[in-house]
Amino acid sequence: MSDSGKVYLKRFSRSERAVHWIHAAAFFVLLGSGLVLYLPSLGAVGDRPLVKDIHLYTAIAWALALLAVWVFGDRQGLRRTARDFNAFDADDRLWLRRYPVKQGRFNAGQKLNAAVTAAFAVLFAVSGILLWAGERDTSFRFAGTIVLHDGLMWISLVLLVGHLHLSLVYPRTRHSLRGIVRGDVEAGWAMQHHPKWVKEVFAESQAASTPDVEG
Amino acid sequence: MDHERPAPDDVRPYGRRTFLTLVAGGLTSLVWGPTAWGIARDVLLPVAGVLPPPLAGLVRSGWRIYSVTSIPQVDRATWKLTIDGLVEQPVELSYADLRALPRSEQVTDFHCVTGWSVSGVRWAGVRFRDLLSAARPLPTAKAIGFFSADGAYSDSLTTDQAYFADAMLAYEMDGQPLTRPHGAPARLVIPEMYGYKGVKWVNKITLLDQPFDGYWENRGYDRNAFIDHRV
Repeated sequence: MSDSGKVYLKRFSRSERAVHWIHAAAFFVLLGSGLVLYLPSLGAVGDRPLVKDIHLYTAIAWALALLAVWVFGDRQGLRRTARDFNAFDADDRLWLRRYPVKQGRFNAGQKLNAAVTAAFAVLFAVSGILLWAGERDTSFRFAGTIVLHDGLMWISLVLLVGHLHLSLVYPRTRHSLRGIVRGDVEAGWAMQHHPKWVKEVFAESQAASTPDVEG
Repeated sequence: MDHERPAPDDVRPYGRRTFLTLVAGGLTSLVWGPTAWGIARDVLLPVAGVLPPPLAGLVRSGWRIYSVTSIPQVDRATWKLTIDGLVEQPVELSYADLRALPRSEQVTDFHCVTGWSVSGVRWAGVRFRDLLSAARPLPTAKAIGFFSADGAYSDSLTTDQAYFADAMLAYEMDGQPLTRPHGAPARLVIPEMYGYKGVKWVNKITLLDQPFDGYWENRGYDRNAFIDHRV
């Protein structure tokens, strides 16, 4: 219990938060440097070879940082979260059809967002490596590489605007920001938005008789 | 067992399915992506007017800016174009001298080797026969080297290629003097070849007995960058 009497539930481990913020930080740097290289109106901005280096090394740092989380982080927890993201139960499928059914640790929209983000990360990396390799060996050149890399960027921008709206602006969902910043969320909020998860947490903590409740 | 809990076998792996579908779609788009984007652009072009200007500009222009250095800042007032090498009379042209030469105009498509194209670019500039007339190339001159004010980029053409009917040293694009990203004050335009042959910010032209490998050709690209008449 905290001083205010509110109960908080652990939602994200350090490793999970690290994965999120590695993505977020890398995305903004890659977006900014990429737009300077991409938009004719920004063509004359700054030192282009430096901007290109920033873009490249940020991408490499992003991959290495994710690898480091996997090697040194809570692999078991990450695997469990991946399983949570993957599994769509009957309620999730109803939720996608806009029925107001109770949701688990992640709602079906968050699960889809995770799958899209992971797929985009892979596609960004593959098309980026092809762009890099194509400058060095013409056999890696495909007409579609740049269309794919740019297309991913545009779709990601739209998704990012939605993500920022839900996490910073929209009153019903923005409490979730606390979860990805500090790791825990208020139990009352969780009861409203993720009631099945709250039940799971309490069932597990009772079973272990060591309450997994922070405050 | 909570009655709201679905049976374990009712859980479906939609997350993995979404992920794999997107990755497969994305990877195959390396093949179908350009065609799809071409169709999408044909649909978007008529409505581009209602898009906010930066987006509309992207749909309309289709240009991407490539350079191997920072975009050079070349002052038209002090810019000089040197023409030397195998010539009877090396010359130095000012921007005004260049504009005083016979003006040619053309509308041609621009193809980049990385897969994007801009159709119907309106160029104005000087044909190489007119440009070189004052310097008078020697009979031994079989190639032309183009050097950029960025100090790093260069490329070459055979004289036959440079004398193609639609090759030119351009100083205007789409009715406006060239902008810095597009190679101000003057750039090479040769629509038969991929854009990397089109040296920007040209400040030196040298007549040679044979062509040499330019910036990208030293990195594995073809010296004769002919576009194999795709649409």
